Amino acid sequence: MNREVALEVKGLFKSFRLPNERVSGVKQAVINLLKGVKGYSRQQVLKDVSFKIYKGDFYGIVGRNGSGKSTLLKLISQIYVPDSGEITVNGTLVPFIELGVGFNPELTGRENVYLNGALLGFSTIEVDEMYEEIVEFAELEEFMEQKLKNYSSGMQVRLAFSIAIRAKSDILVLDEVLAVGDESFQRKCFKFFADARSSGKTVILVTHSMDQVQQFCNRVLLIDKGHKTVEGSAMEIAQIYKELNDDTANKNISNVENRNIKLDVKFENTGDKLKFDVRINSKTEIKDPVVVFTVYRSSGETAFRWATNEQADGEVIDLSEQNRLKVELKNILPDGEFKVQVAVRSRDKSTIYAMFSEVIQFEIVSKEITNGTSWKIPAKCEFK
Amino acid sequence: MMEMKKATEKYRYSMILLKELVKTDFKLRYQGSVLGMVWSVLKPIMMFAIMYVVFVHFLRFGADVPHFAVALLAGNVLWAFFTEATGRGMQSVMERGDLLRKINFPKYIVVISATVSALINLTINLTVVVIFAAINGVSFGWGVLLLPVFILQLYLLALGLAFLLSALYVKFRDVQHIWDVLLQGAFFATPIIFPITMIYYMSPIGAKIMLMSPVAQVIQDVRYHLIWQGTGTVWNMIENPFIRLIPVGVSIGAFVLGMVVFRKNSKRFAEEI
Repeated sequence: MNREVALEVKGLFKSFRLPNERVSGVKQAVINLLKGVKGYSRQQVLKDVSFKIYKGDFYGIVGRNGSGKSTLLKLISQIYVPDSGEITVNGTLVPFIELGVGFNPELTGRENVYLNGALLGFSTIEVDEMYEEIVEFAELEEFMEQKLKNYSSGMQVRLAFSIAIRAKSDILVLDEVLAVGDESFQRKCFKFFADARSSGKTVILVTHSMDQVQQFCNRVLLIDKGHKTVEGSAMEIAQIYKELNDDTANKNISNVENRNIKLDVKFENTGDKLKFDVRINSKTEIKDPVVVFTVYRSSGETAFRWATNEQADGEVIDLSEQNRLKVELKNILPDGEFKVQVAVRSRDKSTIYAMFSEVIQFEIVSKEITNGTSWKIPAKCEFK
Repeated sequence: MMEMKKATEKYRYSMILLKELVKTDFKLRYQGSVLGMVWSVLKPIMMFAIMYVVFVHFLRFGADVPHFAVALLAGNVLWAFFTEATGRGMQSVMERGDLLRKINFPKYIVVISATVSALINLTINLTVVVIFAAINGVSFGWGVLLLPVFILQLYLLALGLAFLLSALYVKFRDVQHIWDVLLQGAFFATPIIFPITMIYYMSPIGAKIMLMSPVAQVIQDVRYHLIWQGTGTVWNMIENPFIRLIPVGVSIGAFVLGMVVFRKNSKRFAEEI
């Protein structure tokens, strides 16, 4: 895999000054200077984030609100300056941090197209040439001579999006833009992204919608509290994200430590039974962890999930050098590919000690001639 | 080669943006007003009318100066440009905060676009001054051709100050009030509503100090070349060639200082606004 790097982020740190009291006056600034008070505190937003995005990637950046993903995006777009660290962009990059940047409600739709186009680097002549197509894509032919303030919010977004996608850039940066517009317009957007990806453009999508990530992204970065938490395929991250958001949605992930845990899995498919024999070997003793065993379809859907004493009052187990988990499933799985994931985490879900995605991959092929993807639910059927 | 291409790309982008921002600015400024663009001509003339009635008609300022009414209008127009360019330039970065926070583009463009709008206004108004002068019986000499040089000097000064003020304004909102007061003071310390000779009769040294202000120097030079060759300027009132150059030096110095301060601070505008 010797693909060209489109964007590389190395050891990125970013903090913001938070003024303790509003210091936008000369008086306060002078007083602070005399007192030796800084007048602000620092908030560390990003801590040592590094990753690479390759050409043609559809790269997702997911995280909860306040995790630092938007800050990261603004750093990538060179709107903010990092405290330290490096961002190397190979090619041109146009961020749609927000659609319709510079849109002015007092101007007509047409005037706004030219203004917004200029912000994306298009001269008047260039906008002239693509004007018809923009209007057509936005489906706003009759409204272009009206002032933008008379547009509905959906119309504004449609117009903004139609201009934005004209941007000639090798890397597209999108911040939650998919969340807008009505259904038919969304479908249009989806199609655009699918086309962009197949034409080899690099797309960076920032979102907290796991559905979108799974639909589009081939690689995903999960970020939490300013840390790069994990990077992996959409599938893996979706699993982790789900795992962490499952029932205690307001718990935070603080870190994923890949502690010295080794996994050895044996798998046997006897036809009507699926047998898993998982040996977990932890160098250090881990007190009171939860071991989660998940079988999921390659589409990301969870087929089976089991966890050791997840309830707060459950039996406490400790993980040490020799642990063994045996799982025997009745094979009622439908045809298709399946993957197994084993995770070891703390009970409060704040820490993931180890995460093994795709430890086993197997395929179910039924001998009977059935509709290939249906679940083999035990049932009695009669036909008279 | 790569660097060159990048630089020209950046320059092209800046020009496109500048053009569009100036255009938008003009469209928006007079939107919803019945007379529209006419106001940019009407306003200074009306201001002039008031000043004329108060200072020339009643207070008899400049009674001994030929075409003083035209000189008053010219001074007024140039001062209005200086006020508008620095005032709007100062606020331009804050006003365009939404853009700065969301897209990466050369920040100086917003300041230049604000000052260029003022410059366009000045051009329109100077045309009015020329027409007014012609009606008043002023005979133009070849010196008129020098006017663009002085306008350029005044523009550089205003742009430099706008850079400086806008960078400060992001940090301290007080700047606006301080600048308003300074401008008001400077208005009376500049020979606009009164001829420089009036000060000269009271205190020759005072008149000379007054001419050290680049705005005063430019106003006097414009009057000299456009209206009346008897106007006192730095060039004919001050003997020392080095002191003569102070106003020009101040203009260039202000421009350079403004650029340096703006460059240094503009990287963090997006975070601080």
